[in-house]
Amino acid sequence: MGLETKPLSTLHEKSSFDLADFEVPTGREEEWRFTPLPRLRGLHNGKAPASGHVVVEVDAAPEVTVETVGRDDPRIGTAYVPRDRVSAQAYSAFEKATVLTVPAQAVASRTTTLTLRGRGQGAAYGHIVVRLEPMAEAVLVLDHRGSAVYADNVEFVVGDGATLKVVSLQDWDDDAVHVSHHHAQLGRDATFRSFVVTLGGDLVRLSPSVSYTAPGGDADLTGLYFVDAGQHLEHRLLVDHSVPNCRSNVEYKGALQGEDAHAVWIGDVIIRVEAEGTDTYEYNRNLILTDGARADSVPNLEILTGEVAGAGHASASGRLDDEHIFYLQARGIPYDEARRLVIRGFFAQVIEKIEIEEIRQRVLAAVEAELEK
Amino acid sequence: MSTLEIRDLHVSVADKAILTGVNLTVRSGQTHAIMGPNGSGKSTLAYAIAGHPKYTVTGGEVLLDGEDLLSMSVDERARAGLFLAMQYPVEVPGVSVSNFLRSAVTAVRGEAPKLREFTKELKTGMDNLSIDAAFAQRNLNEGFSGGEKKRHEILQLELLKPKIAVLDETDSGLDVDALRVVSEGINRFRGSGDTGVLLITHYTRILRYVKPDFVHVFAGGRIVEEGGPELADRLEAEGYERYAKALA
Repeated sequence: MGLETKPLSTLHEKSSFDLADFEVPTGREEEWRFTPLPRLRGLHNGKAPASGHVVVEVDAAPEVTVETVGRDDPRIGTAYVPRDRVSAQAYSAFEKATVLTVPAQAVASRTTTLTLRGRGQGAAYGHIVVRLEPMAEAVLVLDHRGSAVYADNVEFVVGDGATLKVVSLQDWDDDAVHVSHHHAQLGRDATFRSFVVTLGGDLVRLSPSVSYTAPGGDADLTGLYFVDAGQHLEHRLLVDHSVPNCRSNVEYKGALQGEDAHAVWIGDVIIRVEAEGTDTYEYNRNLILTDGARADSVPNLEILTGEVAGAGHASASGRLDDEHIFYLQARGIPYDEARRLVIRGFFAQVIEKIEIEEIRQRVLAAVEAELEK
Repeated sequence: MSTLEIRDLHVSVADKAILTGVNLTVRSGQTHAIMGPNGSGKSTLAYAIAGHPKYTVTGGEVLLDGEDLLSMSVDERARAGLFLAMQYPVEVPGVSVSNFLRSAVTAVRGEAPKLREFTKELKTGMDNLSIDAAFAQRNLNEGFSGGEKKRHEILQLELLKPKIAVLDETDSGLDVDALRVVSEGINRFRGSGDTGVLLITHYTRILRYVKPDFVHVFAGGRIVEEGGPELADRLEAEGYERYAKALA
């Protein structure tokens, strides 16, 4: 095999800023086959004019620069090129972008929170760029609330030696539709920690992805979702190892309850020919609490080099374990409480990873509230 | 004073009859050993009394102080005063030992123990069983050694103070030191005099530490011979072959 004919990945097919490069999906495409297209309210077929509003409020640490910029700002589109039709639609339709910058070597002294609040009907499109210059450190919360039909792209540019921790909460009202791409581009020895919590919305399709520009990048992507009756919550992860000696770890856990609760988890990892010494693991577990709920979990690990440090994946979907419940009940704990303990336990390991106390408490409370339903 | 009465108990698993008429009465202050070969139905008896969903009672009665245990849910039986120490305690990820124990004690006692008192009670219980303090923060049974699992079962026994305790092969997989520690725990529990113990075992080894008042030999899903502690000595010498032959 010569250099010109090195194997190419099949997982990451197309990127373009031009909407015309993407056909309107029909639902037969691999990347769309799990998504109920009619419920996208036109985000995928150009029939969703930007008549709605999602208001972005920023509460930033003093070290963080916040700007609202026009489409022509040169910092937009440097790290991420849209990968599907809705992403390209969002890219072609947003009017203003929010750019956050953490200067070189600055350590943000507190959490920066972006609240994205939907204000009712009509589609809206957005774009956010978060730039950490070399050796900077910051913690960011993206808090999605309210009612919206919203498509956006978020670029995290993590410079050399920088550390970015992001919590993205999808805590939408029941009727919201949200299709989003979160892309992190990691420089040399950069650290990226993503924590995704998806609870609300009629349909959420979130695609977190990671790429590396130099060796030493370290990405850890954790997710938690709780799907209720009628909800479609979809997470599509892509980690593209294209340089040597980088690390990635993906861990998503979800619970489902109620008729037509539907979770989709796609975990794509590419280890390209150049990416020797890659260490990667991806993991998804679904806990199906009632009949009528469905979880699709598809890990894809594409290894194009023989020299990896570690590569693995695990995926499992199952019901509450009768033996767990029996053991707790045999100690006098009533069924409902036993069930709550086991489900809390299922999520405990991922919730512990949230370093922001306030957010951890909010996520715990949200999980408790779901368990009361 | 409490009494567990098992009357003509028939139990099936997946339509296969396992217990074929068990009669046994356990009173406070008594320790009954149930001994028998593998597959004789000893554990089925334990799990059926506790109410495991896999086991279907097809006939007979189980009464605790005259109350019908079989009509109760698993947790109601535990709160009524029944305890089953399990042979293979299940690992429950993400649920800490301390959280689990506090939930169980709260459920069985009907009110939450005061945190300070409970912490002290737990520490004493763990010290008695030579359980390391860090243990309370670990996930329930996760990564526990065989000995740790059994000590933890006995810790629960001592905290929950049931009227009747069924100990299912609590001695299996224990080295001599762990067996001694676990036996001491059972003896502390028995020492109060107002509890009954049903000790299920394949081997006579534990009976050197926990002296039974009655020994019952289980074979083919029922009790085939009964006697005092001397029966255990005979089983030690002769094994179960005699009973296997009689059934065949």
